[in-house]
Amino acid sequence: MVAAAMPDLQAAVDDFVIKLKRRQVEGSLATAKSTVLLLRQVVSHQRIPSSGPASSLIDAVKSVGSRLIAANPMELAVGNMVRRVLHIIREEEATIVAAQVGVTPVSDSDDDADVHGVPGLSAVALAAANRTALRAPSLHNLLESLPTSAGANVEPVPESDTKSRSSDKNSKSWKLKHGVIDAIGLLLGEIENYHSEISEQALEHIHQNEVILTLGRSRSLLHFFREAKKKRSFQVFVAEGAPRYQGHKFAKELAAMELQTTVITDSAVFALISRVNMVIVGAHAVMANGGIVAPVGMHMVALAARRHAVPFVVLTGLHKLCPLYPHNPSVVLNELKSPSQVLDFGEMSDCLDGTDGSPVHVVNPMFDYVPPELISLFITDSGGHNPSYVYRLVAEIYSPEDH
Amino acid sequence: MRAQPTLSVSEWKFQRSTTTKVAFFSRNFWDDRKCFPGPENDARQRKLKDRTSKAERRALQESQRAAKEAARASGNQTFFMPGMWEAGTNPYGSNEKKGVDKKPVDKSGEKDKKKEVVVPEKDKRKDAPAPRLQFDDEQKVAKARRRAIVEQTTETKHRVELFRHLPQFVPPTQLQALEEKYLQNDTMHIHPAVGLKYLTWDIVGGNARCVAMLEAFKEMIRDYTTPPQKVMSRDLTAKINSHVSFLSTCRPLSISMGNAIRSFKLKIGKLRDTLTEAEAKSSLVSHLETFAQEKIILADKEIVKHAVTKIIDGDVVLTHGFSCVVEMVLSHAHSIGKKFRVVVVDSRPRLEGRILLRSLLAQGLKCTYTHINAVTYIMQEVTKVFLGAASILANGTVYSRVGTAAAAMVAHGYRVPVMICCETYKFHERVQLDSICSNELGDPDALVGVAGRKEFRELVGWDESEHLRLLNLTYDATPADYVSMIITEHGMVPPTSVPVILREYRKEPIL
Repeated sequence: MVAAAMPDLQAAVDDFVIKLKRRQVEGSLATAKSTVLLLRQVVSHQRIPSSGPASSLIDAVKSVGSRLIAANPMELAVGNMVRRVLHIIREEEATIVAAQVGVTPVSDSDDDADVHGVPGLSAVALAAANRTALRAPSLHNLLESLPTSAGANVEPVPESDTKSRSSDKNSKSWKLKHGVIDAIGLLLGEIENYHSEISEQALEHIHQNEVILTLGRSRSLLHFFREAKKKRSFQVFVAEGAPRYQGHKFAKELAAMELQTTVITDSAVFALISRVNMVIVGAHAVMANGGIVAPVGMHMVALAARRHAVPFVVLTGLHKLCPLYPHNPSVVLNELKSPSQVLDFGEMSDCLDGTDGSPVHVVNPMFDYVPPELISLFITDSGGHNPSYVYRLVAEIYSPEDH
Repeated sequence: MRAQPTLSVSEWKFQRSTTTKVAFFSRNFWDDRKCFPGPENDARQRKLKDRTSKAERRALQESQRAAKEAARASGNQTFFMPGMWEAGTNPYGSNEKKGVDKKPVDKSGEKDKKKEVVVPEKDKRKDAPAPRLQFDDEQKVAKARRRAIVEQTTETKHRVELFRHLPQFVPPTQLQALEEKYLQNDTMHIHPAVGLKYLTWDIVGGNARCVAMLEAFKEMIRDYTTPPQKVMSRDLTAKINSHVSFLSTCRPLSISMGNAIRSFKLKIGKLRDTLTEAEAKSSLVSHLETFAQEKIILADKEIVKHAVTKIIDGDVVLTHGFSCVVEMVLSHAHSIGKKFRVVVVDSRPRLEGRILLRSLLAQGLKCTYTHINAVTYIMQEVTKVFLGAASILANGTVYSRVGTAAAAMVAHGYRVPVMICCETYKFHERVQLDSICSNELGDPDALVGVAGRKEFRELVGWDESEHLRLLNLTYDATPADYVSMIITEHGMVPPTSVPVILREYRKEPIL
């Protein structure tokens, strides 16, 4: 389907793939936004056939999405957004079809042949089934499913005119596309504004004279603190987060906000955590079991926090929520960066001359996996959640076919 | 009664050797003061002060101390004044205030120690280590400043409030002034080099600092001549105190240094009066040499012997920072042909692991190097953890370079045994639960730049912001439950045995 797309769309996709491969675009927010914009373009340029509009869209998005995911597998936000868009498409289709089913009256005893000759109608049944699966079970849904399954055997459209049907389908596909693009716009808004949603909850969690510890830098945390600073006074210990040292920048930003900040080395985290009231951090991605993928060093902080019974709070937007389960996180969900960040290339060269073979092996992982047992709370744009609730959030925003 | 304080020093010394006379002397003196409280007594005391010289008053105090000892040994409690020997009242005006306990000199060593004496309640209290000077107590700090031989530098205005009670870091630029002042004060001038090295962190590590200090003391003793009209032991102790004050101004004393000084002063105090100066000096020098030899060098050999039995072929050994004992263990294990890998975990800002890495690579060991942040990542491969310590406290807490606690915690979480290699002379009676009550503050500016990477300049100019602080801790306290075993020269013991070792092996006179 990509071949059918316009050439400048193809160029845009290639361009983004290259950027991801070269790590020119990094960070969940930036990649998520770019992915969503690109997919919106894909959807709007896609020519929708009259039969099976949703499936063509889905195929188009899937093909582009798989290329994007393959470009940088560690950037889980890309995959998340692709799956979100797919879910949106399925949902839109289900809504439209459900609306149609609801409009047409149900009549009895008609030809089954007619039914099977019209592929769109069986899709109705499918969509209806999907819809009930997507929505939370309620008596209304349960009762509703009975008449729709009965209606599947019936010719729902009394004016079985091919012309009107085709125009119906054209409008349906147009409606689908339009609906999808609208929903993607909403998604984009949600991604851009998740900071403010999270920081609204700041005052509930930070009280007066609190001592907070964090590692590295997180934009949502910056907004969180800014909001809390308006009413409360507290102090923050920032661990520098080697080897990227984002903590330095973060501390500068916090001090500019007139927040009492102290920069400490990562090795001092255990020493100081006994005097800390709460650890609040941002994450790179949240996995479906409630564990997080975070900058390296976070696992150590989480262990120290558990030892001293300090709550470990993670701020995350829903775009970071990944429907995958981490089965071997240190290998699969990790990337080893250049050793020169830890040990300069020229540093050990003098003592390697005499030895034969084995140079020093320098390990520089980029991420750390923190298991859900160590996490006390997730603060997301949809409120605060336990790590054990994450699977429900995943079920709400993703479809199982796309995992 | 009044005539006695005017005895000359030599006559008084003769009297001191006879117990009863001293007891009589002290009793009368103290009864005098106690029986007549009020202004008349003050007047009497003032007269006493005017009449006697400083040396004679010191002699007086010495005799009283001896008397008390005699009295205690004989079970007579009349003369014991609780509070006379509380911390901070060392009559020589000791200035070891930075993180070193001022434990009163253990006089019971003079008496027969082997007999099991039921220690009375008040003496039990004395066994507890003396409380240290807390730097947020204004009065005490001012008092310490007045008594200090070397002037304290002003505290930085950018101190972290949580660590107000610790002495703030002394930047090297201040040493120039210190050095001049010190040289004016005293004729003993070999120490500025040592002090300079401490200040600029050239000598790092408990053993190295202790050995360097002992060498410096040896030189000092060799050059020492007793001034006329002074008792050697007291004058020497005063000199030692001034030198120690200088060293601790440059950088707070380590616990290993503190223990060595304590044993040395004990030795000085036990010098028999009948010795000539040359004999006394040689005895002191030999004490210092034996201390270094037995407590450090031979102890390290024993530790290596024990520890090497714990390394087997195929092991992956993790260590943090640079401990000279652990380095010796790994080198020796490699030299006797064991096949193992080493993981060196390093931490900022000192990056001492690189020194260890260099040394191990030079010997051909297979090494992995990583930052402390990645310790959870690398711990999956590790089979054993060997760590060094600056000191081990009486509750089993390991006081060591910052970052050791994190490594031990992660190892404990992954069920990897943690072994601490530490000589017994570094053990200390005090207790500590966390790393904040007692620590050493390092240079905050060391956090600003990153070694070898010039692109990180975010924190340059951090002191302009009044809300930003940098904290550079030197030590941290590892809880005893993370430690599987402590390897000492007396054997391999669990952390709960540390107070036992302190009691059994330290109550004997140290040489």
